[in-house]
Amino acid sequence: MLLSLMIFIPLLGMIAVLLLPRESEELIKRVTLIFTLIPLALAVVLFISYDRSTAGTQYVVNVPWIDAFNIQYHIGIDGLSVTLLLLTALLGPICVIASWRNIEKGIKAYMALFLLLETGMLGFFAALDLFLFYVFFELTLLPMYFLIGIWGGPRREYAAIKFFLYTLFGSVLMLVAMIAVYLNSNIVNGVAEGLRTFDIPTLIALASTEGHALANLDFQIWVFLGFFIGFAVKVPIFPFHTWLPDAHVEAPTAISVILAGILLKMGTYGLVRVNMAMFPLGLDHFTNGIGFWGNSLALLGFINIVYGSFCALAQTDFKKLVAYSSIGHMGFVILGLAARNDTGITGAILQMFNHGVISAMLFLLVGVLYDRAHHREINGFGGLGTRMPVYTGITTLAFMASLGLPGLSGFVGEALSLLGAYSEFKWLTILSTIGIVVGAAYFLWTLQRVFLGNLNPKYEDLPEINGREILTLVPLAILTILLGVWPNLAIDMFRESVTNLVNVLQAI
Amino acid sequence: MQPLSNIDSLLHFSPEILLVIFAAAVIILDLIVKDDESVAVAYLSLVGLGCVCAAVLIIHFSFRNPVSLFEGMIRLDEFSTFFKILLLFATAATILFSLRSEELDERLKGEYYALLLAITLGMFLMASATNLLMIFIALETVSLTSYILAGFLTHSPRSSEAAFKYITYGAVASGTMLFGLSLLFGMAGTGDLTQIGGQLTEHLASGAVAPLAVLIAITFVLAGVGYKIASVPFHMWSPDVYEGAPIPITAFLSVASKSAGFALFIRFFYTGFGATGLMEAVDWPLMLAIVSALTMTVGNLAALPQQNVKRLLAYSSIAHGGYLLMGGVLLTSEGIEAILFYLIVYLFMNLGAFYVVVLVANEMGSETIEGYRGLGSRAPLIAIAMVIFLASLTGIPPFAGFFGKWLLFTAVLEQGYYWLAFVGLLNSVVSLYYYARIFKAMYFEDADEETDRVAFSTGTFALLSVFVIPTIFIGFLNIFYTFSNVSVSVLPMQ
Repeated sequence: MLLSLMIFIPLLGMIAVLLLPRESEELIKRVTLIFTLIPLALAVVLFISYDRSTAGTQYVVNVPWIDAFNIQYHIGIDGLSVTLLLLTALLGPICVIASWRNIEKGIKAYMALFLLLETGMLGFFAALDLFLFYVFFELTLLPMYFLIGIWGGPRREYAAIKFFLYTLFGSVLMLVAMIAVYLNSNIVNGVAEGLRTFDIPTLIALASTEGHALANLDFQIWVFLGFFIGFAVKVPIFPFHTWLPDAHVEAPTAISVILAGILLKMGTYGLVRVNMAMFPLGLDHFTNGIGFWGNSLALLGFINIVYGSFCALAQTDFKKLVAYSSIGHMGFVILGLAARNDTGITGAILQMFNHGVISAMLFLLVGVLYDRAHHREINGFGGLGTRMPVYTGITTLAFMASLGLPGLSGFVGEALSLLGAYSEFKWLTILSTIGIVVGAAYFLWTLQRVFLGNLNPKYEDLPEINGREILTLVPLAILTILLGVWPNLAIDMFRESVTNLVNVLQAI
Repeated sequence: MQPLSNIDSLLHFSPEILLVIFAAAVIILDLIVKDDESVAVAYLSLVGLGCVCAAVLIIHFSFRNPVSLFEGMIRLDEFSTFFKILLLFATAATILFSLRSEELDERLKGEYYALLLAITLGMFLMASATNLLMIFIALETVSLTSYILAGFLTHSPRSSEAAFKYITYGAVASGTMLFGLSLLFGMAGTGDLTQIGGQLTEHLASGAVAPLAVLIAITFVLAGVGYKIASVPFHMWSPDVYEGAPIPITAFLSVASKSAGFALFIRFFYTGFGATGLMEAVDWPLMLAIVSALTMTVGNLAALPQQNVKRLLAYSSIAHGGYLLMGGVLLTSEGIEAILFYLIVYLFMNLGAFYVVVLVANEMGSETIEGYRGLGSRAPLIAIAMVIFLASLTGIPPFAGFFGKWLLFTAVLEQGYYWLAFVGLLNSVVSLYYYARIFKAMYFEDADEETDRVAFSTGTFALLSVFVIPTIFIGFLNIFYTFSNVSVSVLPMQ
């Protein structure tokens, strides 16, 4: 009940916002803020009351929905989903506050779409029925398209449709795989028995049952690929990443935050929830098999890390730099997952959460600068450190966290991912560390170009970061430091779930 | 089951008889009322449709078992009831659109409504005919009436062109189909659909009939059916006709005519040729699969560069014919069920989209995509409705179109036609691109000149919500799945 409430409160908020007159902008913003704060409060309650000692799903709701196809409204949380739900619920109000002043037109539609988006994201992380999972996954598409397309930058139309087409392309492949799983879900030893199902826990159990159609290696490889491409577009994994720089650069600040913070995690969460848990044989083929295919997933992680970092190094647009750095950091998640061991998966999941927090900070910071200078050209600034000391301080913290400075959260996730991957893919892991070096290079170089040196006379009167902006950054900064020194706070949440998953994976 | 005699059948035939009575009454009323009161005629036809609907339901619930009427000419069962209700809804919506459409204003005369009632009668027969002869008569009733309706804007050259093209293509298609029907009749020795399959299987087995001859006959019949549902390669008429015809008629043709075409298609192939022995001898499922793939691909690719929204929706409607055909490829009951479910969904979302086109044409005087610029701020509710319809047509959850497509793809994958499912899904992605052009115009671009918000009447919104609400909720409700399931389960299969 608590969980359902959390998912659908933003939807109620959307209806409430739509009923308000469009002129009362302040009221609309406040109502939206309230309707994003409630899920945050609920998420905190869930996070605290979640029983860390078991791997099972909790707060389960399971009611029939479409009887004809045995589709259920089945939701619940485990350690992984509760972590990401908390992240989603936290970024909700932060994004509303970040949009407070700099959305000029159509605030009502903006807030309504934002709330719809939040319902889609929360529902996605809680869904335990594959059909429901897909519906929530797709529910985020339409609002995102309009949020980028209406409130975005100069090339917003191009970016919006590119995002939409790429994601839909991935989704339809996922749909085929999903239907294939459904159609085979009641076939044991070639004979149909009982009802077909979309229920994720049931399917996970069936996929490792001897003689079941779902446990067939070839079948698992194909559906693994179908789901993988769907999620890979979202993560994004090279070569499906090209929508991301466009979408990020054109999207308004708050939407970039959601894109980097949550939408990318939907891809990696899907990989863990579906690809790894449901198709262990397929995963085995791509991470542990013979020859090229056995290294393919790790190779993609490696490419993401190195390619993303080098692309970031070449950027002169601040936002594009952060966007490419996201691609690089998501590579660590892929590498960690490909390792299939406790350390790697823990690192990957931690990296998901940390990247959500850190990239959200980075995009908010870029937004702060853009709102003042109206451009994001890195070489167009210089010496801002003297004009905006507080801003410089927070930015430095975010940069350091992102480049993996020990003591801050970014380090822990990346280190664990690499550590886990090292025992499986020695050379790829060693080569992947190039990404960390390059990451340090572009962040430090940017720091130097924007904040050090002589002050560009144009920006002598640039105002310092204001209270509202600091309010959006402080919770994220606290989390960054907290998880840097006390990563177990998060790891404890999903330790049991990971152990459980690893046991299944290693049993093959 | 013994077919009822002609006299006994009349009671069961009362909906059709009522349609004839009301069509005549409409013409008479039109002669009586003054020109400026011709709205009364429209209301009379709506009342007529209401009575017919009541009759259909009463007959459905009082005589539950399927019956054959008129010595086996037509059949009354859940399947035909399903289509009758669907068609009545589409006709009623068309009449309401016509009342609001300004291009039709001058010529809203009795005969327009009488023709709509007559075409409904023809479609009723298409949905229930079980005899080759009856099938042809029903098809011709519908075709001839639609030619007139397509050319109803006599002052517009485009409309006349549409009617002329429609007739030319229609005549060829009907002729071909008639030839195919006569071949079938000759080979099977009977015109009764329920017996044709068995007879042909027997003759094929004994070698009296060559499989090629059956394939040719079926192909010829498919020309007639394919022309009604606008499938490749018999689709060429539809973009021109859809563009030239009055918008309400375009909406009607794209929904009702197509639904009736599918009713006929299903009845003909499922009842007549569903027998497995026949499917092994003649590989027409492959032929249907290829037609389906081509139809959706051609429809979607041709829609990409369109500037006229009506024409764009015409091509999109061709593509939807292709999706629908997917369900019919192997004629499994799951596939047919998916077709029926999709037709319900398609009815609401496509009619809704056309209603928005009517409204925009009235207010902005434009049918081109440019005319939709800035609609998001000038008429927010209309624009939101359009987004919902188009997103549903694309097949994006949570809208009903997604559930429909999901059923269709499940049916196709279940039969192992993987390539067809892939073609269909990639087509969905392509279709997003042209639907998104309308999103783009409505929300991302501003109108050329500063225009105020457009006010619409409450009636407009009420009618719009009749389409919006089902488009959002049909997929979530069990009843519609059951509805289509029951309608299929009654179809006899040999």
